[in-house]
Amino acid sequence: MTKGNIRILDGVDLVVEPGTFLALIGPSGAGKSTLLGLLAGLEAPDEGVVEKDGVPITNTGHVAYMPQTDLLLPWRSVVANVSLGLEATGTSRRAARRQALAALERFGLEEFALVPPAALSGGMRSRVALLRTALLGRDTLLLDEPFGALDALTRRHLQGWLLGIAGELAATIVLVTHDVDEALLLADRVVVLTRRPARVALDLPVDLGRPRAMEMETTREFARLKGRLLEALGVSAP
Amino acid sequence: MKRTLLSRALPAALLAVLVLAAWESLVWLFGVPEFLLPGPSAIAGAFWESRELLLRHAGPTAGEAVLGFFVAVVMGALSGILINRSALAERSLYPWLVVSQTLPTVAIAPILVTWLGYGPLPKVLVVTLFCFFPITVATVDGLRATDPDLVRLMRSFGASRWRIFSMVEAPGALPFLFGGVRLAVTYCVIGAVVGEWVGSSEGLGFLMIQDKAQFEIPRLFAEISLLSIMGVSLFLLVALLQRIIAPWTLKRNPSL
Repeated sequence: MTKGNIRILDGVDLVVEPGTFLALIGPSGAGKSTLLGLLAGLEAPDEGVVEKDGVPITNTGHVAYMPQTDLLLPWRSVVANVSLGLEATGTSRRAARRQALAALERFGLEEFALVPPAALSGGMRSRVALLRTALLGRDTLLLDEPFGALDALTRRHLQGWLLGIAGELAATIVLVTHDVDEALLLADRVVVLTRRPARVALDLPVDLGRPRAMEMETTREFARLKGRLLEALGVSAP
Repeated sequence: MKRTLLSRALPAALLAVLVLAAWESLVWLFGVPEFLLPGPSAIAGAFWESRELLLRHAGPTAGEAVLGFFVAVVMGALSGILINRSALAERSLYPWLVVSQTLPTVAIAPILVTWLGYGPLPKVLVVTLFCFFPITVATVDGLRATDPDLVRLMRSFGASRWRIFSMVEAPGALPFLFGGVRLAVTYCVIGAVVGEWVGSSEGLGFLMIQDKAQFEIPRLFAEISLLSIMGVSLFLLVALLQRIIAPWTLKRNPSL
């Protein structure tokens, strides 16, 4: 994959098994977002193929994709923002709103349904953006640094929240992050990309078992996996 | 809310009272003749005396202004969308729209009357010529300002071009559009009067020409005041419409 003569991805060979939570980490500008764009069908590769269930991805609309910024529309209330994806794909406004409201209720956010997004905190905006994407009901969910813009404490809260509900959102999840702890906490498998042009530097299964809890971050096994990830990222382990 | 509205309007009202009082007393003090500069009381008197005549002629002027303005909004928005959608339209049409704005509309008006007669049509056209350009520019800028990431998000959903336009681009352009519309609405009354000056048998512009010729200067001032009131009312109407249609556009702009 080349963008404006810069080779961004170079022979990334990756198979994501259905039902897996995969985390992609790598240095800034390594091409993680480009890879998600390819998976979402937003961009086409110069060489090679991107397939889903054995069928080449040539179009958008097959997976659910959440970009780095929440992109909530200021002229829509929270519930109308959550229903945006469904309305965009042709669900009637009423049916889409009903489903959006049900989703907000399921995740305990119904009190914010009629609030404009400007009144929400950063963490709440991210939750709404995630629900908007998840409501599409697609089997694969692509998350591009969903909590990257949040402060550390809020990010911890949302990581815990996502850990609890990930199973309900989609079968297969690909999460781009540069937070090593986030990757280990959430994922079944962590793939480390190299600097541009990106290749796979490390493909690490996370054998921490489920259900997971944040307390696991203090275990020896967690530290060992974290050491390997940091090493692969070129950051020397302590 | 009421309090802030009052405190916002109060300085302007106080200034108006001061200026009117100074005007009245200077005219009275120096004995300025009415045909040069009538005082506010004389203008108000002329207004009251000729109220039926003035209101009868205000009707056509307001009608031309509003109709021409409405056509300008529709044409301005449509041409803006066309220019935004098509690179060919942008390259071929946009430069000529700019050129059309450098032609003095005041000079075109007589030609329009020659072509289209003394009815309301040439006046409506003059108003449209006065008003449409700011709306076109605002629409182009507003659509161009759409966050590309938002379009990407909509594409990832699998949304059609029409849905991307109607759900994201068009509402996002509304703050810009209303900026252009507020600017344009202040021109529309001027456009109608210019159209009437050139050739008409009714309207406040027609009345002004007659009153000037007959030295009915207080009534001439009354007509100018009425035109101003008309323009301000239309501006407030647009502001009210914006508050109803697109309230989120006012959040960061409390000056309205």
